[in-house]
Amino acid sequence: MKSVSKTGLSDGMFAGQRYLNDRIENPVFILNQEIYRGASILLSGKNFGCGSSREHAVWAMKEYGFRAVIAESFGEIFYNNCVRNGILCVQLDSTAIASLGDIVTIDLPLQRVDETPFEISLGDKKMLVEGLDGIDLTLQNETEISAHFANDRVIRPWAY
Amino acid sequence: MSHTLFDKLWDNHRVISLDSGEDLIAIDRVFLHERTGSVTLESIVESGRKPRNPEYVFVTMDHIVSNKADRDRDDARTPSGNIFITATREAAKKTGINLIDVLDADQGIVHVISPELGIAQPGLTLVCPDSHTCSQGALGALVWGIGSTDAEHAIVTGTMRVKKPPQMRISVSGTLGAGVTAKDLALHIIAKYGAAGAKRCAVEYAGEGVEALSIEERLTLCNMAVEFAAFTAIIAPDGTTFEYLKGKRYAPDDALWGKAIDHWKTLQTDMGATFDYDYIIDAKEIKPTVTWGTSPAQAVAIDAVIPESADVKALAYMNVNAGIKLSELKIGGAFIGSCTNSRISDLRAAAEILKGRTVADGIMAICVPGSMAVRREAEAEGLDKIFKKAGFEWGASGCAFCFYAGGETFAPGTRVISSTNRNFEGRQGPSVRTHLASPAVVAASAITGKITAPNEVTS
Repeated sequence: MKSVSKTGLSDGMFAGQRYLNDRIENPVFILNQEIYRGASILLSGKNFGCGSSREHAVWAMKEYGFRAVIAESFGEIFYNNCVRNGILCVQLDSTAIASLGDIVTIDLPLQRVDETPFEISLGDKKMLVEGLDGIDLTLQNETEISAHFANDRVIRPWAY
Repeated sequence: MSHTLFDKLWDNHRVISLDSGEDLIAIDRVFLHERTGSVTLESIVESGRKPRNPEYVFVTMDHIVSNKADRDRDDARTPSGNIFITATREAAKKTGINLIDVLDADQGIVHVISPELGIAQPGLTLVCPDSHTCSQGALGALVWGIGSTDAEHAIVTGTMRVKKPPQMRISVSGTLGAGVTAKDLALHIIAKYGAAGAKRCAVEYAGEGVEALSIEERLTLCNMAVEFAAFTAIIAPDGTTFEYLKGKRYAPDDALWGKAIDHWKTLQTDMGATFDYDYIIDAKEIKPTVTWGTSPAQAVAIDAVIPESADVKALAYMNVNAGIKLSELKIGGAFIGSCTNSRISDLRAAAEILKGRTVADGIMAICVPGSMAVRREAEAEGLDKIFKKAGFEWGASGCAFCFYAGGETFAPGTRVISSTNRNFEGRQGPSVRTHLASPAVVAASAITGKITAPNEVTS
């Protein structure tokens, strides 16, 4: 994580396993095998993205070309960062993940991975399907936001 | 109707409920640091948008700053890290937010200076693009860690769109024994419930054992909640909290102090309020605790053995075996610092052990106070002399050796005892082996050269 930018990070993605020394590709690592190179869906296990608030991990994955991650569970902040950046995180149990082949189809509006249904919150689904900018969406409620702060200022003047 | 503390803070701040199932929550304060905040601030500038209330937004320089005592304002501890510092400074000036710069007297680690300056207060909502934001729940604030894009949203709109988390209460009955610290309590809890044990809950810490803790100890306890997958942590404000805050720079002034206290006293969980998970821990069960593996949950009491069920990958990375005692392990490095344990009480605890003693041969030992204010206070008490005489480097504040980012660190393979919060593979450097512990354990271990309980050194 050497730059302030949101771009130029994809080379660093999974670097520890993806490369041998000097950024030479590790031929054994799954993403360096021709059939999986440039994959757009990532399968994983428990607590993917655990403990990280660094959105740079998401930007790197997005730049590489990942559009979705299917895992048994996700780190909370990582999950939210994915939603903010248009990457879909799907939670499935280990049996369902193990049964997936090399080609997988995800239908977000119908909430299905191949034939397996998945859960996603309405809010996250809306953001991903409609590609919304969160700020513009929220500012649609500007009246309510101003009213809240005006009222709160009277109740808790020391906070202002 | 009975409400929890968390319910009350959530309800007080809910602007509206959204169709999506999320709530729009008013955010009172946003605190950034240069590592993840730089891109947030630049994004705001580039978008042409403005902070809703720049006076309620703060940024500090902590993650990448040099920790050398004679550092200049652009000096980073990693190659080319200065770009985070300069970008943050530029964008902070353009957006008009409160900048706490590298050489400012107030500079320090975000979760050390926010309480110190009285920015974190009972009943306020505060977000920060940093995993350990949960620390500040110790002040009875509703706080949580977010990403850089969410931070931009919070700064521009004054709100966050969030799904209300489930709630957990962990009550500590009795009080911690002599030589047992909040760090040991935190590690004990994570080991007991597992790395995902808090299940995205807002965790309220309560009970006699928690009420007996000082604010600094409460900060340590709340700091590690993220390590067992909590949404955040919170402790109800009480007399200890009010006394801590009185007179702090951003605390309510005299005119409003009484009104603030009256409100803060209502910020308690009601009798009969229910939690999704409600647990009790006996303080007497807790001993000085140290991690052996590559997750904060992989920890045992310092006099215990590594369990037979230990994960083999973790054992291999840490070069330890199941069945061995932690006290057999020789160390090569010791670090006292980080948002977990770098406050004045932490430094005093370590200094008490180091006084009149020196670290074992070949130990690379560093202490980095959590803020320059802590550092000045420590120096006024002569603690720096104790650390230096013992053989510790005495740094200028910042996150320092908590995490490796490409600069100076311990040699590969070094076994390090550390007062920090994460022991993942490579956290403190390539192949560096991290054992998490309290500052007193770090100090005792640095002296003997092996993982050691403090009372072994002082008795």
